Amino acid sequence: MSLGTYALRRTLLAVPVLVGVSAITFSFVHLVPGDAIDVLAGFQGVDPEARDALREEYGLDDPIWRQYLAWVTDVLALEFGESPITGRDVGATIAERLPRTLALGVAAWLLSLAIGIPAGIVAALNHGRPADELTRLGALAGIATPNFWLGLVLLFIFGVHLGWVRVTPPDAGLASLEMLWFMVLPTITLGTASAALITRLLRASMARELQKAYVRTARAKGLRERTVVLKHVLRNSLTAVVTVAGLQLAILVDGAVVVEQVFAWPGMGQLVVDAVDQRDVPLIQASVLVIAVAVVLANLLVDLVYAALDPRVRYR
Amino acid sequence: MALLEVENLTIQFYTDDGVVRAVDGVSYEIEAGETVGLVGESGAGKSVASRALLGLLEDGEVVAGEVRFDGRNLLELSSARLREIRGNEIAIAFQDADAALNPAYTVGEQIAEAIRAHETVTDTAARERSIALLERVGIPEPASRYTDYPHQFSSGMCQRAIIAIALACDPDLLIVDEPTRGLDVTVQAQLLELLEDLSADGEMAIQLVSHDLGVVADQCERVLVIYAGKIVERGPVEDLFYEPKHPYTAGLLASIPRIGDGRDRLASIPGRMPTRVQRPTGCQFHPRCPYAEAVCARRDPELVDTATGTPVDDGEPDREGPTTHAAACHEHTGDLEEGLDYEVRIVDSTDDDGCGESASDPGDDSAAVDNPSHEGELR
Ligand code: SF4
Repeated sequence: MSLGTYALRRTLLAVPVLVGVSAITFSFVHLVPGDAIDVLAGFQGVDPEARDALREEYGLDDPIWRQYLAWVTDVLALEFGESPITGRDVGATIAERLPRTLALGVAAWLLSLAIGIPAGIVAALNHGRPADELTRLGALAGIATPNFWLGLVLLFIFGVHLGWVRVTPPDAGLASLEMLWFMVLPTITLGTASAALITRLLRASMARELQKAYVRTARAKGLRERTVVLKHVLRNSLTAVVTVAGLQLAILVDGAVVVEQVFAWPGMGQLVVDAVDQRDVPLIQASVLVIAVAVVLANLLVDLVYAALDPRVRYR
Repeated sequence: MALLEVENLTIQFYTDDGVVRAVDGVSYEIEAGETVGLVGESGAGKSVASRALLGLLEDGEVVAGEVRFDGRNLLELSSARLREIRGNEIAIAFQDADAALNPAYTVGEQIAEAIRAHETVTDTAARERSIALLERVGIPEPASRYTDYPHQFSSGMCQRAIIAIALACDPDLLIVDEPTRGLDVTVQAQLLELLEDLSADGEMAIQLVSHDLGVVADQCERVLVIYAGKIVERGPVEDLFYEPKHPYTAGLLASIPRIGDGRDRLASIPGRMPTRVQRPTGCQFHPRCPYAEAVCARRDPELVDTATGTPVDDGEPDREGPTTHAAACHEHTGDLEEGLDYEVRIVDSTDDDGCGESASDPGDDSAAVDNPSHEGELR
């Protein structure tokens, strides 16, 4: 099977999963204890007139499947309704928060790959030598440091003490230089543990690959050591990293609550926490759906990259 | 000057249990176009010795010796110069073909890559030559198989592909490591045919490494028998086959299964090769040797010309050069009181299976070693 055919098949397989995810998210309203109207009203006493308006708006008298279809149609048009708590449009709220979370998340993710992959290679090639020990120590420190603490320390040194960066986000566009400069510290804070994890993972899988017989064949051909490592060994070692890196990408979408708190970053993490706190069910529903879709997409991406790296996957 | 001259090659491994001498002063040579077999049980050091020629040892270290190829000492070359020789002038086809190919690249790419490593060729030219190589090693429909991945190949085809990679740059010396291991009998036979074709061209020297004396006997002009890191017997294949001069070789011959032989002949030599850390004193084979005497545990026998009893490895010119039949056993220096009393019986396989081939080809015959006084051990 060619990669294209595999990609198509795998993508189509994601559709039923998405349907399932949306059905579960939809049923939240009915699963939460209490009358659906109370749930939608955010458990605030509303007068009978408002109740009837809600009943009308959500079609609560219709059979459940019609309610679901109506909801899915709205969701596909990115209409999530209004928050009963804040009265703001849920879709608009998410549209405001999601890009910020994505920007920080993707930046941290790229940083973790940019550090983790080279460090993993260096560690594997210097098995047991000082360079390996050094990355081991670095990785251990990276994994062991709680990110809120790292964030606070960085903020204290570079923000408060040296005054190089602001301690709160500037009031500027996401793509502005000012904002990018501000994002440096949260990116490091969020990416450090992942970088450490990827370093160790890649080192382990690469050390294992280096023992394999095909490496000897590649050397016996008279290939340069660089070619042997980067073309032959790395490609087979990366499959171990892909799974973890993919899942991390998915997790990043739900925002890193703690890091967002430290840097006063208005992302999804804070939004979800607040929504749960206030029992803002439509907002929770929409956030959960966004996160679930992100997980499904990340998994799809993992599978596709996997298949691109290892042809055997495509023929299974 | 021979194409390959290995002198006193000594290789050590450093393990948790101590220093292991995997190859212990091995010397041999191979002339251009000649096919030479290296035989021994697994762990005897034959594969290690082969990999060391090209600096492909992963953990061992060459502690002494010289490897001269075309006059250059390979052990002293820079890694860049050595890389130019690898896969180009000397190529190795490794055993365990399924694992020896990278699962992530097509078989064709893995051959073409070997060509591109040494020659400035266009991608198309490399591709065409790779397809021709696949054809040469007997892969049907080579053009469409070029884009197959290793997992789409059978084990036998993988082994052929490995040989195709080794042949990519027309090496002067091809080292084939256990080409038949793990393959079923029919596929083994086909592969041996392929090797025979390759050596019949006479342009390329082949060093065939195998645990199976039968495989080597079929293919080679000369054979080296290696035990616990040392050469214990060497000589032209006929001499070795009809007149084994070392009890270990005799034991190897006795353990070759023979078709049509009435008795169950799948005997193996009792005991095991010494663990490489703890070595016996004297002759390394003495704990397993049915003829061992007191002297065997005391002194290590030298490799001597079996006709004259003079050592062949100490710089004195051999009577007949590398074709001298030599063995390392005290018998040949007259130090054994009882002597070796096995008897070699030749079973002509044409009598058994009626295939009617020339009986003068040792490959078609089988030597049976009978040992009246030690039947239990050698059968
Ligand atoms: S030297 Fe002694 S122990 Fe060694 S092979 Fe000869 S007879 Fe056997």
